[in-house]
Amino acid sequence: MTIAAQRAEAQRLRSAFEAAGGQPVECSILQPAELFLDLYGEDIRARAYVTQDPGRGEQMLRPDFTLPVVQMHMSQGAETGRYTYSGEVFRRQEDHPERASEYLQVGYEVFDGNDPAAVDAEVFALFSDVLRPFGLRASTGDMGILLAAVRGLETSERRRAALLRHIWRPKRFRALIDRFSGRAPVPPSRAALLATEDPMAGVATMIGLRSAQEIEARIDALRQDAAEPPLSAGQVALIDAVLAVRETCVFALEHLRDISVDMPAIGEAVERFAQRSEAMYRRGVDVASLDFEAAYGRTSMEYYDGFVFGFYAEARPDLPPVATGGRYDALTRRLGSGASAPAVGGVIRPDIICALESRS
Amino acid sequence: MSVKLGVPSKGRLMEKTFEWFAQHGVMLSRTGSEREYAGAVAGVEGIDLVLLSAGEIPRELAAGRIHLGVTGTDLIREKLVQWDQKVEEVCALGFGYADLVVAVPQAWVDVDTLDDLDAAASAFRAEHGFRLRIATKYHRLTREYLRHGGVADYQLVDSQGATEGTVKNLTAEAIADITSSGETLRANHLKILNEEPVLRSQATLLRSRTAPRDSQHKRALIALYDALGLDVRNRMVEG
Repeated sequence: MTIAAQRAEAQRLRSAFEAAGGQPVECSILQPAELFLDLYGEDIRARAYVTQDPGRGEQMLRPDFTLPVVQMHMSQGAETGRYTYSGEVFRRQEDHPERASEYLQVGYEVFDGNDPAAVDAEVFALFSDVLRPFGLRASTGDMGILLAAVRGLETSERRRAALLRHIWRPKRFRALIDRFSGRAPVPPSRAALLATEDPMAGVATMIGLRSAQEIEARIDALRQDAAEPPLSAGQVALIDAVLAVRETCVFALEHLRDISVDMPAIGEAVERFAQRSEAMYRRGVDVASLDFEAAYGRTSMEYYDGFVFGFYAEARPDLPPVATGGRYDALTRRLGSGASAPAVGGVIRPDIICALESRS
Repeated sequence: MSVKLGVPSKGRLMEKTFEWFAQHGVMLSRTGSEREYAGAVAGVEGIDLVLLSAGEIPRELAAGRIHLGVTGTDLIREKLVQWDQKVEEVCALGFGYADLVVAVPQAWVDVDTLDDLDAAASAFRAEHGFRLRIATKYHRLTREYLRHGGVADYQLVDSQGATEGTVKNLTAEAIADITSSGETLRANHLKILNEEPVLRSQATLLRSRTAPRDSQHKRALIALYDALGLDVRNRMVEG
């Protein structure tokens, strides 16, 4: 597997994306770290190379192209856009030194809010076409359904916000569900705090930026939360039912429609899934045998908030996915400071394709 | 060639290490002038003493430039990626106890668990427009611990010393630091979260898995292990 072979494969993929209407774009390798830190949080430091520039501050070797491409698109103020790019990304591999820390990514990103289902289908069908020679298995999901389920829970706004904030951290999400439903006991320190009339009475010295008012506001919030009835077993069962959906698109859709009878809040999101499946079918995707998992993309794809997909080599479970992608409308809202641009995109790793080909 | 034993070059950690070896009949000593970092070993043949900064011992072990070393487990885990493939813990020495803990202002009566810290961080970011700052020099261990604990909306800020003072100085909202008795934390109006610490550390004798060795090295290692009376399970000399 040589770099030349990977570059040739990257070229082939990028040409295909250009032929599909992608305008080729370039991005700097050195990116301001702040942008990535703001979005991914401190965890990105463990996964990306951060360096210090005396004039420009913290810089990062680009860990992906999506963010700079979104910024570029939003700064141009264009309504719609289709872009393709190809180049190295850099990832620290602290726990897996055997994995590549520098590899090529070829991507295709579409900004077009006109017909989301059609755009989702366009991107998926394009990836499916260019990857057809390699006999990969595709997985799909839709973060929008889980997000809608949480937004529709019969509980306080604060609890819904806490769950939404941790939707990409399944363990923490589960701990919150257990706490809110009363399945996990209230920690003794919390119970003691709530039983104290004036918890701040014993405080001798205030230090730091977090003020007494902020502490009191949280205690108030905890008191209100303690008075809140537990999240019902029925509501927990519905969330679990949504998370457990894992079958081919056609059956998954039927199953989710059944769940939405008891949980009308997911109805719209489920219908978007139906429209997307229809649009994919019209584009020639074999929807009847395509896998759908409601929990897909929950752990690894933090900025996706709608349709998500990945392509895998079934015979090589040791390799990372060949391609991943999805819809990230919320990301464009965060980067666009108010403005938003509905967006779907994905990336392919030519090095993984070459690894597959050298084995076969 | 001799087996190279790296020990901390100054302070209590050096004194305690010398004492521990002396109790096992192996006399370590500094030679030359007070300021010269040279040492000698008596009681076992074929061992050379190398005096190093405790913070450099992990790196020297991983690079295989010393065969054995004494340092804190905290430094090994923080500084070495996949530490267990590079060094082997031969023996915990029973001193230099210290826990790496997360501490917050005592006034934060609402924060006792990681769960609370996460909720406070979320509210803090909304209020102040930046992520809650945690000062530390143990970046990797702290980040891994907080990720595992599901804490979001925080940032680590580097602090190589006097970390307990950062909250009062408004350069951080919380800290992650080594403590043995917690006294310095209390004196600085901080309290330890009521959770398992990030790490429980103590001075430990470690063996490099990468240092070159021949039959002479192995004989010297076995002689040293005999002198130290180490349990047979801890007497690996290979790999």
